Amino acid sequence: METVSEERVLAVEVELDRLTKRFGATAAVYGLSLSVGRGEFFTLLGPSGCGKTTTLRIVAGLVEPDDGRVLFDGKDVTRLPPWDRNLGMVFQNYALWPHMTVFDNVAFGLVERRVPRAEVQRRVAEALDKVGLTGMEGRFPSQLSGGQQQRVALARALVVRPGLLLLDEPFSNLDAKLRVQMRAELARLQRDLGITTLYVTHDQEEALVLSDRIAVLDSGRLVQAGTPRELYENPRDVFVADFLGGANLLPGVVVRRGSAEVEVQVGDARVTAPVEGEAAPGQPVWLSVRPEHLELSFGDAGGLRGTVVATDYLGWTLQAEVALPDGTRLQVRGLDPSTPLRPGQPVSLRIRSERARVFPRRS
Amino acid sequence: MEPRAVTAPSPAALWRPRWRYEPAHLALYAALLVVVGVLVVLPIASVLRGALVDSGGFTLAHVARFFYTPLYLESLRNSLYAGLGATLLASLLALPAAFLLGRYQFRGQAVLVTWLTVPLVIPPFVGAIGLNQALGRAGALTLFLEDRLGVQFVAAEGLRGVILAHALHYFPFILLTVTNALANVDPSLEEAAKVAGARGVRLLWRVTLPLVAPAYAAGAILVFVRSTDDLGTPLILNVKNMLGPQAYFRITTIAREDPDGYAISIVMLALALVAVLLATRLGQRREVATLQTGSRAAGRPLRGWGPRLLLAFSVLVGFLGLLPHLGVVLMSVSRVWSLTYLPTGYTLDHYAEILFRAPQFVLNTLLYSATAAVVAVAVAVGVAYLQHRGRVPAPGLLDFAATAPIAVPGVVLGIGFLRVFDRWTVPWLGVPLTALWLIFPMLYVARRLPYAVRATSAAMAQVHPTLEEAAAVCGARRWRTFRRVVLPLVLGGAVAAGVLVFVTAAVEFSATVLLISRVEQSPLSYGIYLYAQSPRGRGAAAALGTVAVVLVAVGTYLANRIGGRRPALTW
Repeated sequence: METVSEERVLAVEVELDRLTKRFGATAAVYGLSLSVGRGEFFTLLGPSGCGKTTTLRIVAGLVEPDDGRVLFDGKDVTRLPPWDRNLGMVFQNYALWPHMTVFDNVAFGLVERRVPRAEVQRRVAEALDKVGLTGMEGRFPSQLSGGQQQRVALARALVVRPGLLLLDEPFSNLDAKLRVQMRAELARLQRDLGITTLYVTHDQEEALVLSDRIAVLDSGRLVQAGTPRELYENPRDVFVADFLGGANLLPGVVVRRGSAEVEVQVGDARVTAPVEGEAAPGQPVWLSVRPEHLELSFGDAGGLRGTVVATDYLGWTLQAEVALPDGTRLQVRGLDPSTPLRPGQPVSLRIRSERARVFPRRS
Repeated sequence: MEPRAVTAPSPAALWRPRWRYEPAHLALYAALLVVVGVLVVLPIASVLRGALVDSGGFTLAHVARFFYTPLYLESLRNSLYAGLGATLLASLLALPAAFLLGRYQFRGQAVLVTWLTVPLVIPPFVGAIGLNQALGRAGALTLFLEDRLGVQFVAAEGLRGVILAHALHYFPFILLTVTNALANVDPSLEEAAKVAGARGVRLLWRVTLPLVAPAYAAGAILVFVRSTDDLGTPLILNVKNMLGPQAYFRITTIAREDPDGYAISIVMLALALVAVLLATRLGQRREVATLQTGSRAAGRPLRGWGPRLLLAFSVLVGFLGLLPHLGVVLMSVSRVWSLTYLPTGYTLDHYAEILFRAPQFVLNTLLYSATAAVVAVAVAVGVAYLQHRGRVPAPGLLDFAATAPIAVPGVVLGIGFLRVFDRWTVPWLGVPLTALWLIFPMLYVARRLPYAVRATSAAMAQVHPTLEEAAAVCGARRWRTFRRVVLPLVLGGAVAAGVLVFVTAAVEFSATVLLISRVEQSPLSYGIYLYAQSPRGRGAAAALGTVAVVLVAVGTYLANRIGGRRPALTW
């Protein structure tokens, strides 16, 4: 059983071993293996329906996998009920109990653990202090703003000193400004407590900012896992490149293969880009170029020629959509906002080819 | 990969076993199936058996005889006539006021709504006593018409009286349904029609009315079926040629096993079933028209003649709706009230009679209704929980059985109870179950379970599953989660439902009357009937009726306070 101690419960190490979960005929999670280190902030990232929430719920014990195992510190907990896993979890809708005050919501897990009254008082106060809600003990959830509810949910998850913190899109119901603020607070709390954290989101920016490591999921499978930098700079395939940061995909054909780079014919232009794996001459490929790796100049200045279709003025920066003669549309980011750009203008785009990536394309 | 240092959890700690069903849920499920099976399924099945099975096995002969017997056909005609008449009259009274309340905004609106809903607190068979004093053969208004205007017209007599009693009781039900539907029509639907060029009468006819029609039809159908299968009102007004009274007399005066009684029951059952299914279908259609945008049209101010006429008519209806109450209350304090406009002497003697000399009617009612309310709520919470969260086979089955009595007329359920439980001998006592007072709470649980289950189920549906998941993650086992999270959240709805069970049970008559074996055991509703049999007892009947009205009024108020706004009750 749970032992109550003043010491911080040691963060656990999590291992997912070939997890599979089917709902009807479709597999929500398929053969998923991952390991999350002690104290690590680990994010499951992917579009809706990719299985990230199901994975989190399997780790929580709310869903039983059809196959595979969940290990905490090497111990198999696959069949352990959630109440014996010593977790903290923040739900997307916060799941605050509407009939309980803030104090009772936060104290719930401590009461279940038979923590003495005085200590409950002290620890709840401490947890509320940590999330900046001191003085709100007597309020009901309906009397709180979205951001405050979010903090209560976080306090409730942390007060039991869990070995693992699970967060299911916790910021998706907050407005943009509050989201950034809460994000920073969560990052600070997580670092201070050194608690292992499994975070689910479809927001790539959130994932990049917060995570030690990210796993990108698609259709229930793991596509790629790594640090934010690894994923952003060396995406394994088109899906990761596009999902994380966005990518312009240009169809091309390999012309020449070097030791670590390849020359690709894209329309009229030839681009030399780094490559890993196979790329024989004549093979169709995608040239993946991030919007900020295109340099725009007016008129015919070499590179790809195109016409401006639309511009987005964001104040601090300018983005544009450019159509190539064959109809392909490219996104261009990070332009000087003072650039006099109008739809219909002919422009040329130079690819910063050392930042471009080449992926195989099935023709 | 071999698991390292696996500590196998104890079997009791297993959260979701590999098998699909949860043992604790299965046990509760089985227990509730037995309860609902005995209280609901057995009596209904027994009535069906009585009508469709004889010594030679399955037969339609009894049902066929129903359609060859002139008396039964006349009863069917009268019942349909009474139902149709009550529905039409109730609609006539309700619709103008509904339009007024749903479309206009004026001072005193809330007062008018409350006033117009007051008739719901007086059960029709109690109202009939009051109506008799106002509009019966020797009623105050009847005399007035004859003396001053020379018109001889008895409004509250025979079938006409039954229709009037029902219409005056049920019109608020239609009023509330339609007002609600009108208020809930998404204003953008009407705005779109206006933009498209429709206005005035055309807008009303082509857009507004079609949107409100399903709600009205659903409400009207329920009024129709309740009026068709009532027993108490015809008995009080001494109308025997209707389905309810015929079934009652066959079973209680001819023979317990008389197949004709069961054949009549089956016809009533079929009528009610069709009506309830129809109303349910229409009720589902209604959802389409009411969008959950939360935006409501702002009411228009009262301007011009049209709306003012509506207001005047509504006030008139309000006075009409108070006639039964006035009649009953006046009657309850009158020493002599015969062939005069108002009583010629006043007394509290009738209250002394029912509160001190024969207090058992009121005491029995309190006991039976309270017991029924507690049991019904407990069963309803179980049924609702299993329906929404149960890891059991066919969770809908239990819910279906528990809501089935909604389509069973009270007389029919009473007949079923009599047929089944008269044969059950209580161990040690050696008497049939029908001889014990427990039979009444059992009956009321069966009869009111649908309402309790619906209300509790609605409350349960509001509990988001993540609230329970959050509790599980926080360390609460399933029972603790139920106690600390689920139960507190559904309790408001369940208690409100319990109060409604209490008040509806307190004035139940149609089924009660079949199970009376001893006067000492009889509840208030039968007491009213008993006293009303003799002219000298009318005062006491009215006093009991007043107690019933007060009980219902207080209960309805409490239920609304506890559970928030809920649909109006009907019996």
